Amino acid sequence: MSYVIEMRHIRKEFPGIVANDDITLQVKQGEIHALLGENGAGKSTLMNILFGLYQPDAGEIVVKGRPVKITSPNVAGELGIGMVHQHFMLVDKFTVTENIILGAEPRSGGRIDIKTAREKVRALSEQYGLNVDPDKKIRDISVGMQQRVEILKTLYRGADILIFDEPTAVLTPHEIRELIKIMKRLVQEGKSIILITHKLKEIMAVADRCTVIRRGKAIATVNVAETNPTELASMMVGRDVAFTVNEEPYQPKEEVLKIVDLTVIDNRRVKVVDRLNLTVKAGEIVGIAGVDGNGQTELIEAITGLRKAESGKIFLKNIDITNKPVRKIIELGVGHIPEDRHKHGLVLDFSIGDNMVLETYYRPPFARAGIMNHDKVREHARRLIGDYDVRTPSIDTPARALSGGNQQKAIIAREIDRDPDLLIASQPTRGLDIGAIEFIHKRLIEQRKKGKAILLISLELDEIMNLSDRIAVIYNGKIIDMVKPSETNEDELGLLMTGHKRKGGASHGNEAGE
Amino acid sequence: METKRANKWINALVPVIAVILGLLVGAVIMVISGYNPFEAYGSIFQMVFLTPYYAGETIVTMIPLILSGLSVAFAFRTGLFNIGVEGQLLVGWLASVAFAIHFADWPKLVLIPLCLLVAALAGGLWGLIPGLLKARFYVHEVITTIMMNYIALYSTNAIIRQFLYADGERTPLIPDSASLSSNFLSNITGGSRLHWGILVALLGAVIMWFLLWRTTLGYELRAIGFNPDASRYAGMNVARNIITSFAIAGGFAGVAGAMLGLGTYHYMSINASFTGIGFDGIAVALLGVNTAPGVVIGAALFAALETGEVSMQSLGIPNDLVEIIIALIIFFVASHYMIRWTLDRFKKGGAAR
Ligand SMILES: Nc1ncnc2c1ncn2[C@@H]1O[C@H](COP(=O)(O)OP(=O)(O)OP(=O)(O)O)[C@@H](O)[C@H]1O
Ligand SMILES: [Mg+2]
Repeated sequence: MSYVIEMRHIRKEFPGIVANDDITLQVKQGEIHALLGENGAGKSTLMNILFGLYQPDAGEIVVKGRPVKITSPNVAGELGIGMVHQHFMLVDKFTVTENIILGAEPRSGGRIDIKTAREKVRALSEQYGLNVDPDKKIRDISVGMQQRVEILKTLYRGADILIFDEPTAVLTPHEIRELIKIMKRLVQEGKSIILITHKLKEIMAVADRCTVIRRGKAIATVNVAETNPTELASMMVGRDVAFTVNEEPYQPKEEVLKIVDLTVIDNRRVKVVDRLNLTVKAGEIVGIAGVDGNGQTELIEAITGLRKAESGKIFLKNIDITNKPVRKIIELGVGHIPEDRHKHGLVLDFSIGDNMVLETYYRPPFARAGIMNHDKVREHARRLIGDYDVRTPSIDTPARALSGGNQQKAIIAREIDRDPDLLIASQPTRGLDIGAIEFIHKRLIEQRKKGKAILLISLELDEIMNLSDRIAVIYNGKIIDMVKPSETNEDELGLLMTGHKRKGGASHGNEAGE
Repeated sequence: METKRANKWINALVPVIAVILGLLVGAVIMVISGYNPFEAYGSIFQMVFLTPYYAGETIVTMIPLILSGLSVAFAFRTGLFNIGVEGQLLVGWLASVAFAIHFADWPKLVLIPLCLLVAALAGGLWGLIPGLLKARFYVHEVITTIMMNYIALYSTNAIIRQFLYADGERTPLIPDSASLSSNFLSNITGGSRLHWGILVALLGAVIMWFLLWRTTLGYELRAIGFNPDASRYAGMNVARNIITSFAIAGGFAGVAGAMLGLGTYHYMSINASFTGIGFDGIAVALLGVNTAPGVVIGAALFAALETGEVSMQSLGIPNDLVEIIIALIIFFVASHYMIRWTLDRFKKGGAAR
């Protein structure tokens, strides 16, 4: 059997933790090989080793039958290994072509030969069906297309082994379908792919084989055709996983959040939220479904005081919180799990313990008269880490060193633990493993049962359908429809999200479907 | 737990190695230029540690350097570059001297603390302005602080000429009731100008450490220094903290100025150019990796090298060479990534064995 990549008995230790413990991974020529594992299992670490970002403490790597030492990403590149990172590494102000050739500029007589490069980019894009315009600036294209630029970048450099680290976490359902097509096309053309994802559906849809990693150890490699999602899930977590559905009786109480005719403009001075009306009651989860960029972000920013409301009113428990300071709104009982955890949710250079009091550090018991009580902070952090199963070597570890999923769990722990009357959860399970998703969903439902109001924003229609009591469809900055999950399906929702109206649907600007 | 200690250890080691490398390369340069490095370093050592007078003078140099370094380090923790120490120091200097002269008949125990307070307020006010401009109008603090330096230089000179002029291009002397000098300290250091300001400077270091690590203000400032966006999301007032941070940093610098006025010179001179203490403070903060104890050690090293210039000169070694060594040390600290990388390799090699 010929393997393009063999990683044998790889071991990698970080301070306080063995991230990879005797892992063997064999990838066949022309296959899509999935890596599945809980948050912090060691998937990214293993791939960073393959890409030359980390050096293994033990073990060997064989590429196309040849034992190699991959000491840097450049060496990986020479061996034909390319990586599409979860956080894109593109220069906003450059065009697609300029980004692709960056660091590998073709030259003719000392000058950069942009014309040839452009042609090559166009040809590659056509060959693999990537549909990328080489002349567009990065800042003007969608996230999905930016990702395809990253793919092109690796292809341009001659990669034939592509590593995708959670490529679908940032994509819309439509973009995910496109990506799946592209991956299939890539293997048809002779490339091999290693795919990290937490979504079992995707593994079932594209992967040929799947290696399961649990707590740093490779548990098994299975043929996807011979397995099913339930089996994969239990292999990965080590127990059976139930897919959570919100099935408690729906008994909404008083209005907690009431938004009246809210208008918000964005940085380009465009009206992105347009006379929007919405209410969320105690004891209910309202899901917001919409294509990315229809005003969701600005709506949340306005509720939380981060962005100015141009007109309209926002009430929390009948108190007017329109354009109040962020801290005031937090103190009145709003919790916020932000969409971008690195940028907005955590101070990555702070210890995970310090991050747990980011909004409450100034209040007793964490501080009195301006003096911090670090013992109390540590105690609190220790409890949250235990309660929410945040996997970290210690509370003193910088947040930066946690795996992506565990960073998210830390934020969720912090926000839910404050027990806010209104919890705004934006993509709360992005990048989480299914065990953790189950856990978070349970917590959200628990909060609902306790009589809290929850506003859920998610690009995952599954998540919206399973958790919401009511689904608000947002389009062009307005709630254009309000549906019950029991009375709709993903297809209809998909249509509504693109602006189609239901028969008998409500008029624009008003909250409908009550 | 253990890893945390190991990391701290590496953090502390980096500047030490930088200093050693700087001295080594300095030695090589001396050899190349035909001087004996053992003799040169030996004479610095002897002077600073074994000659009481120069030991005292070294501490005198160190006092304002500590406070200047604290000022830069404090602002940097909030992600701000305080290039304006020089100006804040000048206004603090003038404020302390003017106050002392004006209230000359007040008792010492009241006057000195008040002079220090006035200097801190003056420096803080000078720091407040770039803070305000940054917070309200997003003007970059490097530009405004440099401008504020020039404004401070020329306006303090003008004020002295106009209101406080004495012979010798300076202000009159401050009264004894405001002086930090001490016969006792001077006597044990062979008649140097050593004064009680060293206690003020060390207290400053303790205050900086306390503010940053024990107060909610310090928590906020550090959070904003690392990630202003997340801090805003968490409800912190970023603009207000930028202003506060700059004001406190300016306060440290202002007290540095008071050390010159009440301790070293007992007057303020009309300055033809900047004192350089503010700029050295940037290097001291860098060397001290923006920690309070680090700044004290960094200031001591700088002061020792500066004193050493005199002894090198007596050996016929041009004092430019000392400047080169200082520059080398700064260079190696700035390239701490290189050192850290080597250390990591080293550690790994040790662990594998
Ligand atoms: N640079 C680092 N320093 C210290 N510890 C690290 C570092 N990188 C990763 N770790 C630790 O190694 C373990 C594995 O992390 P890794 O990022 O490989 O997980 P993962 O499987 O990719 O998880 P996720 O699905 O959440 O992204 C985690 O416990 C993490 O905290
Ligand atoms: Mg990962």
